[in-house]
Order: sequence, then C-alpha cells, then structure tokens
Amino acid sequence: MTLREKAQVLDEPGIDRALTRIAHEILERAGGTDGLALVGIRTRGVSLARRIAERLQTIEGTKVPVGALDITLYRDDLGLKAEAPVLRATEIPFAVGGRTIVLVDDVLYTGRTIRAALDAIMDLGRPRLIQLAVLIDRGHRELPIRPDYVGKNLPTARREIVQVRLREHDGQDRVVIQEPEG
Amino acid sequence: MGLKRKDLLEIRSLEPAEIQTILDTAASMKEIASREIKKVPALRGKTVVNLFLEPSTRTRTSFEIAGKWLSADVINVSGSSSSVVKGETLMDTAKNIEAMSPDCVVIRHSASGAPHMLARALKCSIINAGDGMHEHPTQALLDLLTIREKRGHLEGLSVAIVGDIAHSRVARSNIAGMRKMGMSVTVAGPPTLIPPGIEELGVKVAYRLEDTIRDVDVIMMLRLQQERMTANYIPSLREYSRLYGLSLEKLAGARDDVLIMHPGPVNRGIEMAPEVADGPYSVILEQVANGVAVRMALLYLLLGGKPAEA
Repeated sequence: MTLREKAQVLDEPGIDRALTRIAHEILERAGGTDGLALVGIRTRGVSLARRIAERLQTIEGTKVPVGALDITLYRDDLGLKAEAPVLRATEIPFAVGGRTIVLVDDVLYTGRTIRAALDAIMDLGRPRLIQLAVLIDRGHRELPIRPDYVGKNLPTARREIVQVRLREHDGQDRVVIQEPEG
Repeated sequence: MGLKRKDLLEIRSLEPAEIQTILDTAASMKEIASREIKKVPALRGKTVVNLFLEPSTRTRTSFEIAGKWLSADVINVSGSSSSVVKGETLMDTAKNIEAMSPDCVVIRHSASGAPHMLARALKCSIINAGDGMHEHPTQALLDLLTIREKRGHLEGLSVAIVGDIAHSRVARSNIAGMRKMGMSVTVAGPPTLIPPGIEELGVKVAYRLEDTIRDVDVIMMLRLQQERMTANYIPSLREYSRLYGLSLEKLAGARDDVLIMHPGPVNRGIEMAPEVADGPYSVILEQVANGVAVRMALLYLLLGGKPAEA
C-alpha cells in the first residue's frame, strides 16, 4: 500500500505549544509535582514524556521521574499477528505505588494500547491515580477510554493514518495525515 | 527481524540475526524477573507441554517458570510417569499429546534427533531441550546471553571449552553459536574425550588446560558425563581432576577478568574446585537466571504470533 501525505496537522512550534500547554494543565490538576511521574509508551510516547518532564522542570524547578513502558506482552492481538512483535524493555526507575502516573502516548486511536498499558502499570504496583496525555486524539475508540490531556483533537477517517514524527526518531517534528493512494 | 520458524531444534540452523533477536528479546524479558508480580499475559490461553524423557531439574524447572511467567498453562510429563514405561513409542506419546492441542512441546530425549522427528510429525512448535549428544540449543543461547551481558558484546571474544567434549551436546551447541557470533573457540580435554575431526567445526584443539586458559575471555567447564561413557575414557577421576580440573592454582594463570561458566550440575572437586565454582569469576548462577529469560524469549517468539501454516 502506497501512502500519500494528505495534510500537515502540526508543525514544530505547534507540537511545542501543545506540550507546554499539557505540562501546565498537568500541574494545575495535580497542584504541583509532588508524587507525580510520567510514563511514556514506547516508542514515541517516551520522547514526548521526556519533553513534558523538561517543561515541568522549567516551570516548577523540580525533576519529575520518567519511565518507559513496553506494552507488547499485554497486547490483545498477539495471537493474531503473523510473528511475535519486537519486544523492548520496560524501564520504570521508580515505585509506581501511591503515585500519580501520567501515561503519555503520541496518538490515541482505538484505546487498546492504553488498555494494555493500564494492565502493565497495574502489574508493577498500585498507583494512586492514572491519567492519560496524548499529542493527538483521532477518535474511533473501541474501548471506553478517554484522555485527560490532549494536544490536538483530530477527526479522521479509519482509512487514514496519523503519523507523529519526532526529531529523536525521525529527525523532524511534525504530525501528518496520510491516506492510501488510489 | 523476528523468528520465522515453527520450531527451535538446533543452533546450527539459526541465522546470526535470529540469535541476536532471541538474545535481545531475552534481555527485555529479564525485567519481569525483578518485578514483585512476575507475570505478564502474553501467552494466556497457550499450552506448553514439557516432555522430559531424560532426567533434568534445571532445564525443566526453567521452562516451567518461563511458561508460567508468560501466563501459559504448563504441563510436565516425565519419563518415569509417562506411558513410555509401558512400552509406548515416542511417536505414539507425541501423537497422543498433540490430540490434546498443545501449542508447544518442549522435549528432552536421550536419542539425538528425537526433537526433529517430532517437529516433522506434529503441527505445534517443538523446542529441543537437549537431545542425546546432539544439541542443547537453549543452553547455548543462555550462555551467549550471559557472556554478552558481562562483556557487552560477543564478536572477537575467545572461549575455552574444557572437559568431556565427546559426550557434550552443550559443547556442540555452544561451538555452533559462538562461531556464528564471531567468537573463537578452543576445546581442551583428554584426547579420548575430544572427538576426531572436531577442527572441522572451526575450533582449535588443545590438550593442556594451563596453556588453553591463559588468554581467553571465557572458560567453560563441562561436566564429566560418566552416565554416557560406555568405555574407560579416563584412567581415574583423580587423574582427570588433577589434569583437567579447574583449581585456584591453575586459575591464577588466567586473565583477571575471565568468566567461568558451567552448564551444571557441577561435580564439585572433579571438574572444578568448590572455591572456583563459588568464586568471584564464576557466573554459574547468572547462567541459571538467564536460562529463564532465554526460554521466555523463545516461547514468546515461537508462540506469540499466529501459528505457521503447516
């Protein structure tokens, strides 16, 4: 399937502004950084979580711990894939028990990734509260999951693909919608 | 790249990239062992049968823990408790087990090639947990993982495999794996226990332990497999131990950062002095811990996707 770029949704300053706003919203809701931790979902969620943590440090002057979560072992479609997806390590360098955890991902779509992430987090301990921050919410939920912080709501058709490109992985910061050609 | 195969039967048919994938996946699996709740749902609803027709504690337990931590249902069948003692053939036992729809059969058998026979006959995945004197691929993979963890890489490292090479499936699998990963291997032992023509596997042969261990990164001691010896291969255990046992004195000639490995169980005082087995260079217990991670990786990689079309 060849894909064609249909539109650019966010450019670099747009992503920056969205992440700064999310950082402020997190602080406002949490009333500070006490007991707060960010957990990014691999791969791009981790980079976004790190960027939000940098902003929290700029605003509040305190360091918020960041973890990386690999949800592969918790996916509900494992047996449907032709071969086992590549497994990367989960690295949560703090105890999740009693904390406010903000899960961070790039795109929220069906909600199945978040369901898997919730299970994975719960296996590591009992957080006080889990919230969800995403850069793009493109709709089409298959599970009752709702984000707490959204960079941009983006109504899409199912056949379209939302691609978040980040400089850490792709050398550039932009969000584009792609659609199959023809 | 993933594993595009139904079974894991031997190291010699694995591509280096496949070995890399298995080791990387195993390294990621290690995190689960450090958790309070050591269980992930990856293989929920899958059934693994451990068919161990030859004695084993370590490997069987390791596969059992690996399966259970991935949420698979694990059933153990041992030689003494199976219908094999009533005269049932391996093929009949396997066909009967397959009728119960397992997703994987892990087999240990005293006959070389038994796992290959099952792999041809059964639709489910087969993992070789040691077949006769042929191969013990999961042991070689856990050894590679342990070395890579300690040294950060495999390529360019040198290894001495010492002892009963002739009867050792561990040696055969390790030689194949280590050569594929760019390591150099020297085997050492009494001439009676070194199979003729082993140089064709790309290894050097030595007969004096002291010379062999001087400059290597890893010393892998093997168990003297007296149960497999049908003739007198060594004059006496005492003499073997004096010439080929790893003592503190002999170890003094080795490198300061050498790793000492043993696939277990150790015959203390024969192939290795107790103070060496428990000493600072020994990574024997790390090998055991890595065994679980490697077996989790294999179960995940073989069963995590849709079963291959038969």
